[in-house]
Amino acid sequence: MATLELTIDEDVVAGPVARKRRLGPLFWAAIVWMIFVFAAAALASVLPLPSPTDMDMLERRAPASMLHWLGTDGLGRDELARLIFGARISLTVGVCAPVIGITIGGALGMLAGYFRGRFEQIVVGSMDVLLAFPPLILALAVTAYLGQSILNLTCILGVLGIPTFMRVARAATLTLTRREFVIAAQALGATHARILLRELLPNVLLPLLAFFLLGVAVFIVVEGALSFLGLGVPPPISSWGSMIGEGRESLDVAPRLAFLPAIAMFLTVLSFNLVGDTLRALTDPRQGAL
Amino acid sequence: MLGFIARRLLYLLPVLVAVSLLTFLIASLLPGDLAYVILGDQATPEKVEALRHDMGLDQPIWWRYIGWLGHVLEGDFGRSFRTGQTVLQAVSERLPVSLELMFLAEILGLAIGVPLAIACAVRSGSAFDRFMTGSAFGMLSVPTFLSAILLIYLFAVQLHWLPATGYVPFEEDPVGNLRFFVLPALTLALAEWPGIMRVLRSDMIATLQEDYIALAKAKGLTSSRILFVHALKPSSLTLITITGINIGRLIGGAVIVETIFALPGIGRLLVSAIGTRDLVILQGVVLVVAGGFVLMNFIVDMLYAVLDPRIRHGHA
Repeated sequence: MATLELTIDEDVVAGPVARKRRLGPLFWAAIVWMIFVFAAAALASVLPLPSPTDMDMLERRAPASMLHWLGTDGLGRDELARLIFGARISLTVGVCAPVIGITIGGALGMLAGYFRGRFEQIVVGSMDVLLAFPPLILALAVTAYLGQSILNLTCILGVLGIPTFMRVARAATLTLTRREFVIAAQALGATHARILLRELLPNVLLPLLAFFLLGVAVFIVVEGALSFLGLGVPPPISSWGSMIGEGRESLDVAPRLAFLPAIAMFLTVLSFNLVGDTLRALTDPRQGAL
Repeated sequence: MLGFIARRLLYLLPVLVAVSLLTFLIASLLPGDLAYVILGDQATPEKVEALRHDMGLDQPIWWRYIGWLGHVLEGDFGRSFRTGQTVLQAVSERLPVSLELMFLAEILGLAIGVPLAIACAVRSGSAFDRFMTGSAFGMLSVPTFLSAILLIYLFAVQLHWLPATGYVPFEEDPVGNLRFFVLPALTLALAEWPGIMRVLRSDMIATLQEDYIALAKAKGLTSSRILFVHALKPSSLTLITITGINIGRLIGGAVIVETIFALPGIGRLLVSAIGTRDLVILQGVVLVVAGGFVLMNFIVDMLYAVLDPRIRHGHA
């Protein structure tokens, strides 16, 4: 990271960068919320919660009570339990999909940016083809053929994320490869593998991680959209998207059934966006002046 | 200029071929043979075999691709085996609805985003600017289906001002048609304006520091003229860029919005085709949408070149 900053003209961006260095209370609030959601999702099966799939037809759309802290949904299932188990699905897909993207896209981008030539042309060209599909359309079409499951959903979204990560990794590698420390390593006779892994990777990783967090936000939304349409995770598994979709049916009588998962999703997406954007501003010197 | 167009066209061709190949492969290689889907419960090995032969599914895949591509190039995208409608019919019936939706959404998004961007740029750093920049950032975290629910709840369930779902053709009842489009278009616009505002705002802040703006001020031009004519003009390229980038998201958003508001557009056709496993329609719609998307991006590229001579003559 320190190496990336050497290129900044001190006078132009000293002010904004210094300002952004101080991570505000919002940033920390976002971190706290992320930890809270992750902990709840991870401990879902340990927490003393009612089952998220047990129906109680006598207690449909019941208001909050001691037994059901946030009431019950249209089928008498505990809303809080569904929210927390839903967080599991949303976070699993939201985090695993960009992991696929960052691994494959990051590797391809670094190789393309380092070796250039024909290989780079092929990689960039094939990414253009992937980008030629509006992402949601491709995700919908492929889930329709592969069938709905969490694994399929994660893989498809992961593939969709590859081009973005490839671009970020390639752009970072392109500039870094011309830097003195890489040339020095080459002059010392370091192998390509060593330069890529020991010299370039640590420097490319930080901008990639910032995009990773923004990617999590995007993929939580895409998973939500697919589940909302009834084309994401199959019922009775709850995901925030499917809960909002189910809650839509009873907007007039029990709007909270749609709004509770909606708020949870909004806060989570906002947190990832906030943290990701802050990190991106820190790692991308060109953005510093804006 | 002609050379530039020719180069871009040469690049367009392989992308389109690859898109068609990918669309075809998605439908052909993935599990779930078309013959089984059509025959459903009545599938016996003999019937499946016969149908596969009739449909040419027993031919090698590359041969099927060439045959399919040949039909597509002749304008024959196939025929739904559920409704008997051709893909072309189904798409051309529904395309106007989606285009109207996306057009209205982009207009609304610009109508919200551009004035806000200008207002923020003029008083950059003020409380108003910080509040709007913050709101725009927050809005970026609101998924389309979420704002759709919120708008339905507010304007349809609580206030009863607008219909939640439904559609009438424009020719039959223009006012009713627009009433049905208000909420869907607003939903999409709510996702559009933050991006428009953020980019245009930073663009404008830079422009306002240019010498010719100071000159315009010194000449005594009214500030509205300076802002909307002199300062906005160099940002037109930025606006086109954002619009270009937005198209993909608009298409995706249109799928969700059309489904929520029951608008009979392309997106709803796609979702219902998935629901009934109507693979021919699905394949056709994906091809049309992806092809259209590629062409739109091409047009945006061309517009760049018209507006900014550096792109024409530069390294491109």
